[in-house]
Amino acid sequence: MSGSWSICVHTDRPEATRALGAALAALARPGDVVLLVGALGVGKTVFAQGFAVGLGVEGPVTSPTFTLVRQYRCGPTAPVRQLVHADLYRLDHLSEVADLALFELLGGDGVALVEWGDVGAPVLGEATLEITLVPEPEEPDRRSVRLVGRGASWAERRAAVAGAVAPR
Amino acid sequence: MRVLGIETSCDETAAAVVAPGPTVVSSVVSSQVDLHARFGGVVPELAGRAHLERLTPVIDEALSRAGPAGEPPVDAVAVTCGPGLMGSLLVGLSHAKGLAMAWDVPFVGVNHLEGHLFASLLDHPDLDWPLVVLLVSGGHTVLVLVEGLGRYRLLGQTLDDAAGEAFDKVARYLGLGYPGGPAIDRVAREGDPRAFAFPRAMRDEGFDFSFSGLKTAVVRSVDKAPDASSEDVAASFQEAVVDVLVAKARRAAAATGARGVCLAGGVAANSLLRRRIEEACAQDGIEALVPTMAMCTDNAAMIAAAGQWRLAHGGPSPWSLGAEPNLFLADAD
Repeated sequence: MSGSWSICVHTDRPEATRALGAALAALARPGDVVLLVGALGVGKTVFAQGFAVGLGVEGPVTSPTFTLVRQYRCGPTAPVRQLVHADLYRLDHLSEVADLALFELLGGDGVALVEWGDVGAPVLGEATLEITLVPEPEEPDRRSVRLVGRGASWAERRAAVAGAVAPR
Repeated sequence: MRVLGIETSCDETAAAVVAPGPTVVSSVVSSQVDLHARFGGVVPELAGRAHLERLTPVIDEALSRAGPAGEPPVDAVAVTCGPGLMGSLLVGLSHAKGLAMAWDVPFVGVNHLEGHLFASLLDHPDLDWPLVVLLVSGGHTVLVLVEGLGRYRLLGQTLDDAAGEAFDKVARYLGLGYPGGPAIDRVAREGDPRAFAFPRAMRDEGFDFSFSGLKTAVVRSVDKAPDASSEDVAASFQEAVVDVLVAKARRAAAATGARGVCLAGGVAANSLLRRRIEEACAQDGIEALVPTMAMCTDNAAMIAAAGQWRLAHGGPSPWSLGAEPNLFLADAD
């Protein structure tokens, strides 16, 4: 365990949240687990769509809430081969998270993006990037985005993440 | 030819026996059977392990309800091979292969979405093509042109959330409980559908859907007006979803010259959607095909019916057939 770090940024509209997702996707490495946290309607889907675009996924990236997991092939220039998009919203027990077999699905060449990931964190490994979206009360389209990196591989990428999410 | 159908792609563990026609001889869905008593303890709602525990008794029940049978008890085994959760699909697929090998009968893999189309056929045996099928459930929202059995053209689909999922999430947000579809349907009857003007994303453009923004709009409205009645919110939300679904189905039928619109999937149980699609089709002079409640939700009779047709028109699947979590309907061509 190499400790953790955190970075806080803001997005002022959905397009900015989408762009943030795409920028972070460029830093993905095989086996990564990215946790997505935030209340209903805060923009997790928008972030996930941006993340998928950043990985060169073609076609619509639809919500995995009911199917629990959806898998996508990434584009030829992406740093990983496949995106495993999971959603723990409907799961009640950690044993059910384990039953999803996310690490088996990753198969050594994929990245997992897990919505409502905070509830599954105890069984999703120690090396994660956790992204929390929080609405800002006064401005309906504005979100604060908190990124927490855990484990050695995210410690290495701290500066790269900071660069990717820096306002421009 | 009697076909045993097996369905384990999502939450329901189901088995059914279907005779030519197609005619349903027996159909068992796990949620209808008291398996708790048989196994003791609580059966978890999700994941492959639950299917594994339930599948054998569900199949036994379907076979025994089908009445006395020879050896083997059926002439073929059909099973859902996608789309769905990998672990859940594999439970059904391996079981189906095992039974088919033991009984020495053909085995055939079925696309779950094609199964939903055959659910309509079980309800309405003399379907007239071409038809526009609006398949709306928790996991899917698609508009398909069916030119004939086995000939499908995807017209549009959701770009984010499925319609059923929007129902579920809004119901949970309003504290109406699970399952969300029936809860919203019930509560909305007491509410004013014009109380909130929720967005109708892409209602009049193209055939794709988007329901993610609607969910966000509901959350935002409730946050802004915490005293608003749940009935009004539910009614206005339901109105917005149904308005978009019906408008698109209707436009799709007009654009393709379809003879009718066929509803399928869990959201087809929604009373407002059923009424509006019937009204719209009557106005347009085309047929509205609304499924019985049993055929709205996932079941294995529709899988057996689709399998029966596939066997007659393409033959059995190879033993090497694998589960395909991301299967599209076009893949059934």
